[in-house]
Amino acid sequence: MAILINESTRIVVQGFTGKIGSFHAQDMINYGSKVVGGITPGKGGQTHLGLPVFNTVKEAVQQAGAEASIIFVPPAFAADSIMEAADAGIKYCVAITDGIPTQDMMTVKNFLRRFPLEKRMILTGPNCAGTISPGRAMLGIMPGHIYMQGQVGIVGRSGTLGYEAADQMKRLGIGISSSVGIGGDPINGSSHRDILEKFEQDPETKVVMMIGEIGGPQEVEAGIFFKEHMTKPLVAYIAGLTAPEGRRMGHAGAIISSASEGAAEKVAMLKELGVTICPSPAAMGVTVAEVLAKL
Amino acid sequence: MDIHEYQAKDILSSYGVKMAEGGLAYSPEDAVQRAREIGGHIWAVKAQIHSGARGKAGGIKICKTHDEVAAAADYLLGKRLVTHQTGAAGKVCGRLYIEAGTEIEKELYFCFLVDRSSERIVMVGSAQGGMDIEELAINNPEAITKIYIEPAVGLQDFQAREMAFALGLDSEILSHAVKTIRGCYQALRALDVSMLEINPLVVTKSGELVALDAKMGFDDNALFRQQKISELRDKSQEDPREMAAADRGLSYVGLDGDIGCMINGAGLAMATMDMIKLAGGEPANFLDVGGGASAERTEKAFRLVLADKNVKAMLVNIFAGINRCDWIAEGVVHAVKKIDMTIPLIVRLSGTNVEEGRRIIAESGLPIITAETLAEAAEKAVKARNEAVAKES
Repeated sequence: MAILINESTRIVVQGFTGKIGSFHAQDMINYGSKVVGGITPGKGGQTHLGLPVFNTVKEAVQQAGAEASIIFVPPAFAADSIMEAADAGIKYCVAITDGIPTQDMMTVKNFLRRFPLEKRMILTGPNCAGTISPGRAMLGIMPGHIYMQGQVGIVGRSGTLGYEAADQMKRLGIGISSSVGIGGDPINGSSHRDILEKFEQDPETKVVMMIGEIGGPQEVEAGIFFKEHMTKPLVAYIAGLTAPEGRRMGHAGAIISSASEGAAEKVAMLKELGVTICPSPAAMGVTVAEVLAKL
Repeated sequence: MDIHEYQAKDILSSYGVKMAEGGLAYSPEDAVQRAREIGGHIWAVKAQIHSGARGKAGGIKICKTHDEVAAAADYLLGKRLVTHQTGAAGKVCGRLYIEAGTEIEKELYFCFLVDRSSERIVMVGSAQGGMDIEELAINNPEAITKIYIEPAVGLQDFQAREMAFALGLDSEILSHAVKTIRGCYQALRALDVSMLEINPLVVTKSGELVALDAKMGFDDNALFRQQKISELRDKSQEDPREMAAADRGLSYVGLDGDIGCMINGAGLAMATMDMIKLAGGEPANFLDVGGGASAERTEKAFRLVLADKNVKAMLVNIFAGINRCDWIAEGVVHAVKKIDMTIPLIVRLSGTNVEEGRRIIAESGLPIITAETLAEAAEKAVKARNEAVAKES
């Protein structure tokens, strides 16, 4: 099972023939992902990495049966590429691109909402490491070998901190069903809550680990969803206890803008909602192990 | 990116927002000249720094004679102003805005910003202006009106009217209020503004609606298509180390502690800083070296961290995904040799090619302390810092 992607998901790469797109497309193929081609407008009909290049996402859907896409398009053009994917009938899209203007993302979100729910593309990112269902498929830029297949779902904003969590779990012999990066931008495709909903429905996932950050309301919203709708345990770590108020910490999103958005406040609210809190970033693996042991 | 009050007013007045007459001054002589040009008998001499709460910090002087204007300008120019938004270091005032005095009937609060929950632009207003909106939000939230803008159709006149009535404005100035609100919204959409605040927006004794202050912040991700806005950047208002970092494609924020950090990824960087604190230390900085940490970039990052003279020990924590640990290790060894580093260095590598990376560090012959896990790295960094401090005293 796993969520969002598996070994049979037919993947296309938008920004396929560029340096970054090529590198990661090859990496995903090596991991075993079913990459069926890519899109670079104007280069349709060519072959790249032994796979067909299409001019439009629509052609890729019609001719190669593309279901999922990954975007390596530069920030100025990325919003357009996301909307093209949604319009072409792609079901799941990962936007890796970092630096998309906020107003462009508002337009994207508004565009997506115009589709009826059953036809609406799921977007994760931008500014994320992608999604991996270990042992099955990788739709992202993560080092695939650090993930072991198993029963823990991971959702997080940060790429490398997600790697850290997976690595801690692997050392303890704990595997991952899927790991989803939702990205560090203020406006992103899917929230923590959206991904928790998917993990709750996935029979293979037994425990979910949420890796949050200072800034924004999404971690607390996810905690409320957990309390009201989830049967599976949720473990959370919130980064940024030491971050000074009002300062930007790398991610455009990681800015404390109101009282409830600091790390300490978020932790207190999540605790109250019944979420198991990791006391430190070094304890993500052991905390999940403790929760798994109680099942 | 933030801009100054006078720049924001210049932009907004071209969108139909009314301001008191004013001009820019770089010296007391300039200031008096501006006051003469403006005329009248009362002027505000306003320090131009990138921060709110300037009034409380003594950055705004009301003057009744040209001599007072000159004295206020002389006092403010070059002065370091500390507000709750600038941090303890404060910001140095290098420019003044001289403005005609305004006779105030009523002070209001008004702003536009991006709301992360609804993923929309929200317009916020209150009839109780002039004070801290954060305080008002806590003590009297019902005094604040929020109106969300539907992105597909944009701000509608009825919404602007709704805000005008919520601000308690009289019918006589309703059409001007709508024009003011629409102008702000148009500027926001056209210029990729992430925050626009007018506090206070005032009704004058003569019944006009005037922006007495104006603050604008822009989306850094959109500056590539806002050439004119980019040119308004005032580098004197930004932390020189953070700016040097940005110029090199690194993300750096200086803090008050003494354990320097170099990490890849913002989330892991924050987590590592938290870990240092939990281990009993204080991080000296946030530094995200990003995905492609080449030897050259690593050296630059080292120089940036070590430029902070408070740093007593340095921690490198890299989880290589796109990166490879062997490349990072080579970069670290190269940087340490080239810079002639004298403080303890703790390195923790993980991820792609980790064995090769650790071998390079071990065989370098340098006194680098290595760690396998995040917890071990933080503990060793705090221990090394404590030993270094003990040795000093």
